[in-house]
Amino acid sequence: MATKVVMEALSPTMEEGRLVKWLKNEGDQVKNGETLAEVETDKAIMELVARGDGVLRKRLLPENEAAPVGQLIAVIAAPDENIDALVAGAGGAPAAAQSAAPAPSEVVAKTNESAGASSVPRTTAQAQGEASMPPQEQAPAAGPAPTPAPSRQPSDVSRQSADGNGGRTRSSPLARRMASDRGLDLQAVQGSGPGGRIIKRDVEAAVAAGTGVPQAAGAAIPVPGSQFAGPDSRDVPLTQIRKTIARRLAESIGPIPTFYLTAEFDMERVAEMRTAMAAMGDEFKVSFNDIVLKAVATALAQHPEVNAHWLGDKIRYFNRVHLGMAVAIEEGLITPVIFDADRKRMSEISREAKELARRARDRKLKPEEYTGSTFSVSNLGMFGIDQFTAIINPPEVGILAIGALEEKPVVVDGAVSSRKRMRVTMSCDHRVVDGATGAKFLQTLRRLIENPLMLVY
Amino acid sequence: MPVITYRDALNQALREEMQRDDRVFLMGEEVAVYQGAYKVSKGLLQEFGEMRVVDTPITELGFAGVGVGAAMVGLRPVVEFMTWNFALLAIDQVVNSAAKMLYMSGGQFNIPMVFRGPNGAALQLSAQHSQAWESWLAHIPGLKVVAPGTPYDAKGLLKSAIRDDNPVIVLEGEMLYNTKGEVPDDEEILIPIGKAELKREGEHATIVTHGKMILLALQVADQLAKQGINVDVLDLRTVRPMDVEAIAASVRKTNRAVVLEEGWEICGVGAQVVDYIQRECFDYLDAPVVRVHQADVPMPYAKNLERAAKPDAAKTIAAVKKVMYLE
Repeated sequence: MATKVVMEALSPTMEEGRLVKWLKNEGDQVKNGETLAEVETDKAIMELVARGDGVLRKRLLPENEAAPVGQLIAVIAAPDENIDALVAGAGGAPAAAQSAAPAPSEVVAKTNESAGASSVPRTTAQAQGEASMPPQEQAPAAGPAPTPAPSRQPSDVSRQSADGNGGRTRSSPLARRMASDRGLDLQAVQGSGPGGRIIKRDVEAAVAAGTGVPQAAGAAIPVPGSQFAGPDSRDVPLTQIRKTIARRLAESIGPIPTFYLTAEFDMERVAEMRTAMAAMGDEFKVSFNDIVLKAVATALAQHPEVNAHWLGDKIRYFNRVHLGMAVAIEEGLITPVIFDADRKRMSEISREAKELARRARDRKLKPEEYTGSTFSVSNLGMFGIDQFTAIINPPEVGILAIGALEEKPVVVDGAVSSRKRMRVTMSCDHRVVDGATGAKFLQTLRRLIENPLMLVY
Repeated sequence: MPVITYRDALNQALREEMQRDDRVFLMGEEVAVYQGAYKVSKGLLQEFGEMRVVDTPITELGFAGVGVGAAMVGLRPVVEFMTWNFALLAIDQVVNSAAKMLYMSGGQFNIPMVFRGPNGAALQLSAQHSQAWESWLAHIPGLKVVAPGTPYDAKGLLKSAIRDDNPVIVLEGEMLYNTKGEVPDDEEILIPIGKAELKREGEHATIVTHGKMILLALQVADQLAKQGINVDVLDLRTVRPMDVEAIAASVRKTNRAVVLEEGWEICGVGAQVVDYIQRECFDYLDAPVVRVHQADVPMPYAKNLERAAKPDAAKTIAAVKKVMYLE
């Protein structure tokens, strides 16, 4: 039995991975569970492990090249086993390989069949906070390479989910395939079949009418000026994380009807408290950001109406507060999560925030450490930004952008005085959060920040 | 090109194969002196003598077993059942001896044998004598099952069945014996077992069927053409092994399929066809596949009820329109 090594989904949102480094050479003996290679996902560098024993007979993906999830990248087999058919079947063009990504149901089915598979894979949707790991398929060595049936990605399915129709848009398999071939958003197509099912003729009509324009996400929009490449400019290929940022943020700013609420908080008492705490000794030192995080978490616990996810056909309000905290790293940004932030003491938040930021910069975060947030905070104060708007991290419905703390003249009780002030701007998904809802949350936050002793209540 | 009956086409096939190979012999009830209950063996006793055209008693299990034994020692028997309804009595020999001998003897004994006779309903023969058995027979590993719907196919498939080195079931039809069609007399007709034929080409939907129902499907295709609907009529010709590639090719083209068969719905041949379609053509389907079949009851004797129970043109047309979202 040969074992096919495929590019695995090592993060919940990973669609392709770049092979950073092979750790085994062709001809090396490998054991089940041993690390074969380092793979850069859209988030981090992860280890790809062997799912079978034998000799690493063939490496099919050169270092620094990327492969879509599901593509065959190596073969493990007995030293004398004939693997020609397997290897021959792997030489597919990227397009063919793309379709080889196992559909979640296939993966689950296969796992059930092969007892003792190393981990139970889940679909992207289920695997919130966990990597989903399709097991490498066992295949008879000399058998013909299986022709992958075209499979829909889970994201396709979830994209079709907003509809009054029992939560999903009905469409025939053919209509789905045609829409996907033409980059058409089925949500924009009117179905004429039973129960509103979208069928072939509806897709054809939509194409003819020019409706259902391509999804904003992956659409290739001609970039003006791209023809001016030359010595005055420098072309840098997209890293996985940059690609993911582009895709995710475009998904956000496109379909999310966002509005912004800005407030300026008085930070005098926060500053006093911080100074007083620091005077007690180094162990009591906390940053402004730590205090803001604690305050936001406390306010969210009182306002579940903004601590929510937009899920297309429903809104999920959370009782627990998992606070995402945007961290700038060399390659872009990532949002590690402080889980149950509202129940943690300021010292715990401070320690955890520091640790997460450090590990984010080292790209050592595990997938479960950067997924599952219910609300996020982004702070550019340390860069001297007075005020900015942050982009919502879907499916969350709000994000708070923290500006710099600055001293400025403020009228207090009829007299101008110098006060420490900080501006925050909340981006709200209007599908879930209305103006007054967001304002009430900021009101609570103001009360907490301007009276920080309430945080110890 | 000569136009002959389905009955004569079978007769020609038997004669040609008996002339070609003297190990081939015919055995069954009334096949010799009476020239066949449906006159399929007309003239054969006179030409080949009573050693090769053998009348049997009314003992289906017995003569089916004699056939298996003869095949084991190198003859090539053609066993005629007066109808497949009577073959129920012989099913142990068909299923447990003929189909399994090659396997259970470790490859020592192949069974080059044909079981043939009329299958399915005729007119008002009531519940026990109006049954289509192909799903029963096609269920068995070790058997090949062919169901010709035209004189040409009858001749070509029976000849191939006789030349096959393993047991082949040939399902004929009482209502088919008198039907006529072109059968060339200047060439040898051998139709490969396991190959379907596109009997008519269209673009809007596919009707997959076999045996007697081919005539119905072609009639339906004519009526639909007058309404501007053009269908592929795919004749499986062989029920086992089934020509999955031909089914997939047609359905991928039309995106819609109706599966028509004479027998009952549950575990019918059509169920297998639908399975192949969902496996091979899932992303090509624009509508759920619709099946047309006999009502899930023993065949009624009353003429009106029998008509209501059988698949017919109206039901098939409605099915085609359903997969096209026209009704």
